[in-house]
Amino acid sequence: MRLIISAAVTGLMSAPALAGSAAISVDIPRLNVAEYHRPYVAFWIESKDGSKIENLAVWYDLKLKDNEGNKWLKDMRQWWRRTGRELTMPMDGLSTPTRPPGTHKLTFKSAAKPLSQLSAGEYVLVVEAAREVGGRELLRLPFQWPPAATATVEAKGENELGAITLTLTP
Amino acid sequence: MKSNIKLAFIAASALTLLAVPANAHRAWLLPSATVLSGNDLWVTVDAAISNDLFYFEHHPMRLDGLAVTAPDGSAAKTENMATGRYRSTFDLKLDQPGTYKIAVLNQGAFARYKLDGQDKRWRGPADEIATKIPTNATDVRITQSQGRIETFVTTGKPTEAVFKTTGQGLELVPVTHPNNLLAGEEAKFKLVLDGQPAAGLEVEVVPGGIRYRDQLNSIKVKTDESGTFAVKWPTPGMYWLSASVQDDKATIKEAKRRASYTATVEVLPP
Repeated sequence: MRLIISAAVTGLMSAPALAGSAAISVDIPRLNVAEYHRPYVAFWIESKDGSKIENLAVWYDLKLKDNEGNKWLKDMRQWWRRTGRELTMPMDGLSTPTRPPGTHKLTFKSAAKPLSQLSAGEYVLVVEAAREVGGRELLRLPFQWPPAATATVEAKGENELGAITLTLTP
Repeated sequence: MKSNIKLAFIAASALTLLAVPANAHRAWLLPSATVLSGNDLWVTVDAAISNDLFYFEHHPMRLDGLAVTAPDGSAAKTENMATGRYRSTFDLKLDQPGTYKIAVLNQGAFARYKLDGQDKRWRGPADEIATKIPTNATDVRITQSQGRIETFVTTGKPTEAVFKTTGQGLELVPVTHPNNLLAGEEAKFKLVLDGQPAAGLEVEVVPGGIRYRDQLNSIKVKTDESGTFAVKWPTPGMYWLSASVQDDKATIKEAKRRASYTATVEVLPP
């Protein structure tokens, strides 16, 4: 929640012109396994050629003693390699606790960071989930920025992630 | 008569074969993890000499020449070192963020000579050879070995400080960081001999898990003039890299020098 609030505040301070946003809806599937841990999930945007990366959110066990939850951050292998290992976690506005199975929504204002950092072009929303004693799954949702009209991009995971919808509003 | 000659031939080739096994076996270090995040981190490392990778089924590796370099270049301490029947093992606490180098250096000499018409062999530290070979020995052939066996582990962001070379023997200079390898991608490394590019050297790259397949599936590549070679990793897993060179640059008089380099690297799935 802190993420959305801080994004909104920054949005107010900078350019109020655009009321656009990017909304992500993500399903965390309920799994019938003996030992279940909520997945670590990273959301980030990368330019088509991978040269530019903007982190959106990282769900992980940030409340464990002595940051012990950081130990499994590297299991989101691609995120770790692309950007995670460069960061000091927890990070304000980025780290949030893990979420239970169900549908979760995240909204980012176009006028606020990190979306305001994007120049016009082709991008990919990447969602990577890794679960302790479980599997890993990564989904890529390509999109054009900024959106000319309301656009929806969908992807569906098979194991660790359910349906993901990215809704772009100009 | 004819069969006698044949027998002699067989005996001779058997002898040559006997001398080889030390090279035919593979020496390796196997870390429990190569890419880590968080704090209070440890890795445990197995060290062995075996036929198949990475199974300890032959000899434990001697760890006399073990040296671990921390990301800041200082020497890191190992703990819980033990040598069992088939493997040696030790733990390493990763106190600093960055890349650690775990290396075993073997400096030795191997001599063959004749004494009173009999073939003799001696193996030991290079500096003892002068005193260990009888002065009346004939047909003395000495090989001085400079072996370097390495692996790397990284917590957080990969760093470069541990790749500083010593200028002695065969060493690896990464172009691609060895803790940043992905299946399907190409990685480049450079080999240097006494600090100079090791050109035209054959490098053998063998994927682990040999026991569960019929073919070795090794990749053989050659270094170019700058000592650089490239490997495209076919699958994720642990890989064993090895190269060696023989020349006349031994510090022992009239000896040949055999310099070798071996590393274990982990390739992650994309």
